[in-house]
Amino acid sequence: MGGATETFYSVIRRQGMTRRSFHKFCSLTAASLGLGPLAASSIANALETKPRVPVIWLHGLECTCCSESFIRSAHPLIKDVLLSMISLDYDDTIMAAAGHQAEAILEETRAKHKGMYVLAVEGNPPLNEGGMFCIDGGKPFIEKLRSMAEEAMAIIAWGTCASWGCVQAAKPNPTGAVPIDKVITNKPIIKVPGCPPIAEVMSGLVTFITTFGKLPELDRQGRPSMFYSERIHDKCYRRSHFDAGQFVEQWDDKYARKGYCLYKMGCKGPTTYNACSALRWNGGVSFPIQSGHGCFGCSEDGFWDKGSFYDRLTTIRQFGIEENADQIGMAAAGVVGLTVAAHAAVTAVKRLTHKPDRAAQKSKPS
Amino acid sequence: MFANDMLDRARKLLATVDAEPTERSIGAGIACAPVRLWHWVNAAAILMLSVTGYVIGTGTPAMSGEASGNFLFGYIRFAHFSAGYVLSIGFLLRIYWALIGNAHAMQIFWVPLWRKCFWREVYHEIRWYAFLTVEPERRVGHNRLAQLAMFFMFTQTITFMVVTGFALYGQGAGTDSWQYKLFGWVFSIWPNSQDVHTWHHLGLWVIVAFALVHIYAVVREHSRRAGASLL
Repeated sequence: MGGATETFYSVIRRQGMTRRSFHKFCSLTAASLGLGPLAASSIANALETKPRVPVIWLHGLECTCCSESFIRSAHPLIKDVLLSMISLDYDDTIMAAAGHQAEAILEETRAKHKGMYVLAVEGNPPLNEGGMFCIDGGKPFIEKLRSMAEEAMAIIAWGTCASWGCVQAAKPNPTGAVPIDKVITNKPIIKVPGCPPIAEVMSGLVTFITTFGKLPELDRQGRPSMFYSERIHDKCYRRSHFDAGQFVEQWDDKYARKGYCLYKMGCKGPTTYNACSALRWNGGVSFPIQSGHGCFGCSEDGFWDKGSFYDRLTTIRQFGIEENADQIGMAAAGVVGLTVAAHAAVTAVKRLTHKPDRAAQKSKPS
Repeated sequence: MFANDMLDRARKLLATVDAEPTERSIGAGIACAPVRLWHWVNAAAILMLSVTGYVIGTGTPAMSGEASGNFLFGYIRFAHFSAGYVLSIGFLLRIYWALIGNAHAMQIFWVPLWRKCFWREVYHEIRWYAFLTVEPERRVGHNRLAQLAMFFMFTQTITFMVVTGFALYGQGAGTDSWQYKLFGWVFSIWPNSQDVHTWHHLGLWVIVAFALVHIYAVVREHSRRAGASLL
């Protein structure tokens, strides 16, 4: 996996693929990225002329679900991405090299492809105790991340861990885990949140970067707009039930069987930016709502800390209370209402007992 | 320059307010017609927004029949958004009127917290509401305590509700909509819009608490002196 100067095209020709299949792949990729008819030829041109982009894939505090998702990509097929499109020079989960041999690749890439390689980060660094909660290759992960980020062209933050912090950064966050944009501030970071992100979103992003040699358009949160510009809710196939006012009340009621909207069951689709309802999962087979379960909002910031996944309203934990906005609001309104009633009662009593005052006031010109 | 002019003007207006005869009753032309009109349009919009907002937060009972034959939640949301526009445009006009209208039109936007006599009047007003003194400080327009409540519970909350409301609306309208372009910065403060929903929801209850006190104070004042108008 060392030499990365050959092009995608020369690699697949060497593997015995025909030029016809190559063009087929280019047009399929262009279609899956939603690009125009001319894009297929520019993809072909890029893959014929540009050297394959070296990718370094690091793993911090994570569960490897991003890798698991990535290797299931169907459009483009993951074998095409890994064996042909990119030069995955380092990924400790799936590479053959191990030990010092593996670590040597990092140094080699850093020196040989300075400012040219893409750093893909799965998971995030814990900062407490000098980063000792995540040791990678004998050193705290944070050190490895910083040194590899220094010379990278761009950084991809795979998954909610690297993008927002995810479960290891959930309260009380004992290891001090932080999303990578808190420690790497001088490089462009593409956030690809999701727990895990959709396979086709991951491979689609890699294809975009290797094809055009630049980063895709990012939104305010640093996510690629092409996959994260709409909420689950906006493209949900149950949206018509939402607009109609048809909601599931219980998991086993007849409305659940009829496939009504899961809004009342705590579905986070209306607040979650992801492509699940458009691309779906496992090659377009299904996605959580289609399988009858609400969205967790796994691609959103701090989704572990918003109370139950099955509550419509967020649990608020400030001031040592665990209530939602309605409970707090009604309690406050109740207190105010009682105060008003008490005040009105006192006013009435006062007026009855201070009749002379009233008489005096009435005699004044008003 | 503009800021200086504004400041001068505000000082003059405040001087006018201070100079008002304190023995006059509230109803004597203080709340001019535009403010009265705004008040009731605003009140109607808030009522509509509160009820529909609460229902949007909790969801409706299931409607029978096909989804194609119903649009209940859509209508509720439409009512919420329309009332939101009415409230927002009304609020903008109200700000404009505060700048060109009479001294009292400025009161809910301009609270001279740095002035000693302001706090003296607030103290007096607290004593009055606590039945510790017989005469209220001020008979014209809002008293100082009411002005404080107006500014912090109404003006601030409504501004917050308009901003977060349009930000949330912008999510549905799409990231290329003007609502999102203008108010999308809210999501730089709270990246997860679930938090914005929660804050927007808490804002509803601040308004409810405010309305309770507001209506009580008005009714009490009205019953105390027959001459007082209900605006």
